[in-house]
Amino acid sequence: MSTVMFVMSLLLACAMIASAYVALRGQSLSMAVLAAGAVSLFASVMFVLLAAPDVAMTEAAIGSGLTTFLFFFVMGRVKGGKDD
Amino acid sequence: MVYVALITGFLLILMGLYGALTNRNILRMTVAFSIASTGTHLVLVAVGYIPGRTAPILDGAVTAADASLRIIDPVPQALVLTAIVIGLGVTALMLTYAYKLYETKRTLDISKYTDLKW
Amino acid sequence: MIKKFVALLLLAGLGLMFVGLLLGFTPDQVLNTTASYYADHSVEDTGAANIVTAVIVTYRGLDTLGEVTVLFLTATIVSLILTQPRPSGTPIIGVAEKKALSSGELLQTGTRLLVPLVLLFGVYVFVNGHLTPGGGFQGGAILASALLLLLLSDPTKRFNHRLISRVESISGILYVVIGVLGLVLAGGFLDNRILPLGAFGTLFSAGAIPVIYTLIGLKVGAEFSSMMVTLSESRDR
Repeated sequence: MSTVMFVMSLLLACAMIASAYVALRGQSLSMAVLAAGAVSLFASVMFVLLAAPDVAMTEAAIGSGLTTFLFFFVMGRVKGGKDD
Repeated sequence: MVYVALITGFLLILMGLYGALTNRNILRMTVAFSIASTGTHLVLVAVGYIPGRTAPILDGAVTAADASLRIIDPVPQALVLTAIVIGLGVTALMLTYAYKLYETKRTLDISKYTDLKW
Repeated sequence: MIKKFVALLLLAGLGLMFVGLLLGFTPDQVLNTTASYYADHSVEDTGAANIVTAVIVTYRGLDTLGEVTVLFLTATIVSLILTQPRPSGTPIIGVAEKKALSSGELLQTGTRLLVPLVLLFGVYVFVNGHLTPGGGFQGGAILASALLLLLLSDPTKRFNHRLISRVESISGILYVVIGVLGLVLAGGFLDNRILPLGAFGTLFSAGAIPVIYTLIGLKVGAEFSSMMVTLSESRDR
């Protein structure tokens, strides 16, 4: 049981670091925003492993759901500007 | 597992701060800040975890009598729940100001805003 | 270049601090005093099965009131800044593309099907906040995402700002009124024992916690919705 959880947490950690790298170094801005949402989503799975279901629900609903859409609303409005 | 979560959290904080310090685009800086805040949440939850225990919810499996021996620390979880909600508020404010700045100068490049620079 | 070097130097210092923290960290084996008090007493004090809910709504209820106030301020500032009159002379962007934008049959049908279910799920989450994981903040976010779905399926839709702000302010006032009632009838501000604690583990238990969490859910949902609607609308003002 704990070995399975350890391996899962290692995989999640790698996924989070990779998504964070994409979010910081990715080419387009929309890809960066989506990758940041993926970091939050993987983090919410990690919270379930850490026995924190309340935090996991909050992170999934707010961190990876609403925040991503807030970014997209603003990005839709500044489209006239240069994208990096 | 706690150490994996802690190391990931610290790495996310460092990566987010690096992105916020080196990027020129205001929206990218905001993305980096939100990654750093995710890392902070991960560290805080990991600090409250005790190996081999369950979530702080009482039901048939965990009764009130042996709760203090079976559950993990609820205080960091309550703290992080607050932090996530406030984090969305902070992100919304940053995005609003970014849009307002864009409206005045038609650019998102932070180095173009030199009005307050000395 | 020198800026990047300074940033790296700063982060290296911070990283060293983190390594120090990590090396000195040993996981707890037992709960500390505060946590074990909460674990032992939350059932007889509040009657809530979810201890995180008991901490948020009752033990640290005043902090939650402050948190909701911060969110209210954020929503207010966002709408205050974004609904200011546009400086004259700047072109209005996004009017031409508004006509062409149609969300497609799939999204529209899916929205009609899903929005009632999502709303119901949000209400379920915050009404059951004292028994299961979840609560006012999560439920409020789910309510706001139902509104987001409506906004995605029809970007030109106009929401009733007055309704949103009415829901927000009424639930905020009721929240404070319940807090003051706790001061008068029970032990202190936001004490949940103004209603009978009921049988442990049922829906109508834990005193005023379900009521308070429902109010928080409505308030948080209205605040998130107001932020999102303002951010998406003022583009084609």
